[in-house]
Amino acid sequence: MKLPRIRFEKRLTSPRWLPVASLAGGLALAMLTIAIIFAVLGVNPLVAFQRIFQGGFGSAYGLQETITKTIPLILAGVGLTLAFKGRMYNIGAEGQLLIGAIFATGIARAFPDWPSFLLIPALFIVGFLGGALWAAIPAVLKTRFRVDEVLTSLMLVYVANEAVKFLVYGPWRGSDTRGFPITDEFSAAAQIPSIKSTRIHYPTLIVAILLAILVYLLLTRTKLGYEIRVTGENPDASRYAGMDYQKIALLVMIISGGLAGLAGMGEVAGIHFRLRPPEAISPGYGFTAIIVAWLARLNPLAAILTSFLLGGLLVGGDAIQIALNLPAATVQIFNGVILLFVIASELFNQYKLRLEV
Amino acid sequence: MTSALPESQATVILRGIVKRFPGVTANNGANLEVRKGEIHALLGENGAGKTSLMNVLYGIYHPDEGEIWVNGQKVTIHSPQDAIRLGIGMIHQQYRLVQTHSVTENVVLGLKEYFFFPEKAARAHILELAEKYGMKMDPDARIWQLSAGEQQRVEILKALYRGVKILIMDEPTAMLTPGEAMELLHILRRMTAEGLTVIFITHKLEEVVEVSNRVTVMRQGKSITTLETTKTTQSELAQLMVGRDVLFHLDKKAVEAGADVLKVERLNVMNDKGLPAVVDLSLDVRAGEIFGIAGVSGNGQRELVEAVTGLRPISGGRIIVNGQDITQSPPRARIKSGIGFVPGERWMALIPGMSVADNMILKNYARPPIGNGPLLDREAVAAHTESLIKEYAISTPDRHTPIKRLSGGNIQRALLAREISEKPSLLIVAQPTSGLDVGATETIWNLLLEERARGAAVLLISDDLKEALALSDRLAVIFEGQIMGQFAAREANLEHIGLMMAGALRPGLAAAKDNSTAGESA
Repeated sequence: MKLPRIRFEKRLTSPRWLPVASLAGGLALAMLTIAIIFAVLGVNPLVAFQRIFQGGFGSAYGLQETITKTIPLILAGVGLTLAFKGRMYNIGAEGQLLIGAIFATGIARAFPDWPSFLLIPALFIVGFLGGALWAAIPAVLKTRFRVDEVLTSLMLVYVANEAVKFLVYGPWRGSDTRGFPITDEFSAAAQIPSIKSTRIHYPTLIVAILLAILVYLLLTRTKLGYEIRVTGENPDASRYAGMDYQKIALLVMIISGGLAGLAGMGEVAGIHFRLRPPEAISPGYGFTAIIVAWLARLNPLAAILTSFLLGGLLVGGDAIQIALNLPAATVQIFNGVILLFVIASELFNQYKLRLEV
Repeated sequence: MTSALPESQATVILRGIVKRFPGVTANNGANLEVRKGEIHALLGENGAGKTSLMNVLYGIYHPDEGEIWVNGQKVTIHSPQDAIRLGIGMIHQQYRLVQTHSVTENVVLGLKEYFFFPEKAARAHILELAEKYGMKMDPDARIWQLSAGEQQRVEILKALYRGVKILIMDEPTAMLTPGEAMELLHILRRMTAEGLTVIFITHKLEEVVEVSNRVTVMRQGKSITTLETTKTTQSELAQLMVGRDVLFHLDKKAVEAGADVLKVERLNVMNDKGLPAVVDLSLDVRAGEIFGIAGVSGNGQRELVEAVTGLRPISGGRIIVNGQDITQSPPRARIKSGIGFVPGERWMALIPGMSVADNMILKNYARPPIGNGPLLDREAVAAHTESLIKEYAISTPDRHTPIKRLSGGNIQRALLAREISEKPSLLIVAQPTSGLDVGATETIWNLLLEERARGAAVLLISDDLKEALALSDRLAVIFEGQIMGQFAAREANLEHIGLMMAGALRPGLAAAKDNSTAGESA
């Protein structure tokens, strides 16, 4: 008996619905895989999914928390859609986020007496600058010395991590913190306001959505956006047309890092009001943002929606950890499985499977 | 082996092969019958379905209809491994070798019998095979050190090492110098003398006549006929291959050539490996003329045009366009100085996944009316694209369609349309019609002639001598990065050109030879 053979054939044409269908198929398989993981852990998958949904979207509190977590995901995720479109594989949004948080804390500590109408815009600006600076390092290394940005941007996450730890355990440790590794609370003027009785720091949310729209317009309506798309799709054609690769690569990384830096600023100035150890500032928003961007198929507007979904998953994951007594890594396993299937599903946009007996 | 068929001589029989791709039928009822121990030429134009038919035999494609018989048995070939098991090997135009590995390592690569690398046994067997078929080969040489001809011999050894009895070669002489091609033909004769069978894909008539025992002509996915090579002529084969009169009647109006537009002085350029690719090359192209550069590809043509367009650094010399020294200018400045460029590698100038419209603005997006401050004017993009689609009859569902979905002819027409619409004073085109059918070729040729009539200086790089001769006003032959000779295309001496392309006639000698013939005729 002969088993059927599976062959991949390159698609010469592809219908319009295909990208949506392959994405949906990828997500369905991801859910199935996650269900098997639940079953192995001894939890009824249906119950677990129901609890996650309930936790993330099913109550007013859950929704508030989901929106709170959506804010940094939009900022970092939109930045990554731009970077990936331009073929700069910035894997280090997490590090850029942390440096943004450090810069914001620096301003809040240095000028506690400034009025908030000056201090809050200043926070946004330096938060952006911090992330941009951190992302410019791999960009320069790439354009000057051809060093792979995947490695450098990822390594710089650990440097940023240690930098935050150094500051909160060392020079910036607060005077009224009873030995906890945190800074003193920011002055009231440096605290981004939230919607009453929630943690939704709405000015950051508004800025995040506006920036998503701006990045979308940048990509589709401007000369720079065209250059980014051409360079990302075919670097040879970009050179052929005389585009300035160094400028494009640097700009793309600066914007993407700057947006991640804003996300970090929002966490310290909108939620914690102080710098804390890295794991307390971000449960890996910079890495989850990679999934946000791919799941949105690199469309900045779609990234708003995928941020909301993954924000809900983070909140729902926290909820089942407690309710079903699951390990803390559960949410990260979800994220990993989803990313794997979403990226794998891209294959089906270019190839079709044939079974032959 | 089971019952022998009546055609007992036939080692391979393909019957009624149909292979469809979305929108194209590559093979539409193709037949082929190859006898043991013969060199069988498969002749046809680009796109006639030769390679696709052979990919079916080699298990890369799966026929939608039709039968394959090998040595009297009906077979289904799922993969190249199946084909090799049946004794069928194929050498593609692009060699599949690991550049940094040795000859021995490449030959043995992928064989599953071994766990440890069989260095000694493999070396000995390779030397033995090379000896048997008259190939010079150093089993320890690294692939990157080898010429195209030597790399091809490695591919042949790979097939022989696997016990292949039927060898398919796809355009084996395309990348070779004439000398190397001669050597290959010797090797192939040795192989058939030993009882092996060779199927030889080509579109060159000379090769068919020189090397094959029989020839099958293909046209539009069908096999037209199979003939004994000795019982046919080149002109009969040409008729069968094209299906109509081969000669193009080019409507080539006389144009008065104007001032020098491009002047290249003692240009030196390195290739990717850091070896000299263009050596002390000088040329000039005038307004209103087509200046052709003929030669076997890989003799510095690519490096020359990339140097002129600023895509490759040079190691010496000067480049002057419209009296302006652009030797140090970046590509963008050269585009502004009036250079249009259709590269031989089309995808270097296009973005396959982007729309036709996005591809049509690649050269003019930065300036009005397309570029409007930092913005792109979307209405201007639409208007520009629609007018090009209309004016150049580019067949596309709409301007939003990804350009890779268009046919080869339409892609090339779109690329040429974009470059021409910039009204360049210097238009550089490399291999403008490679891979195109007869109709598309004529359209492209006419567009180039219109550019000439408009007063553009056209620098044409072509390894298709027929094309270079038909279009050019002046023609130069390039060999190993040097111009071997230059003449008015009308007065071209085919024998001289052939010798120059093979490097057998050097510039000094050419002058001497011309003088002597001039002396004789006087």
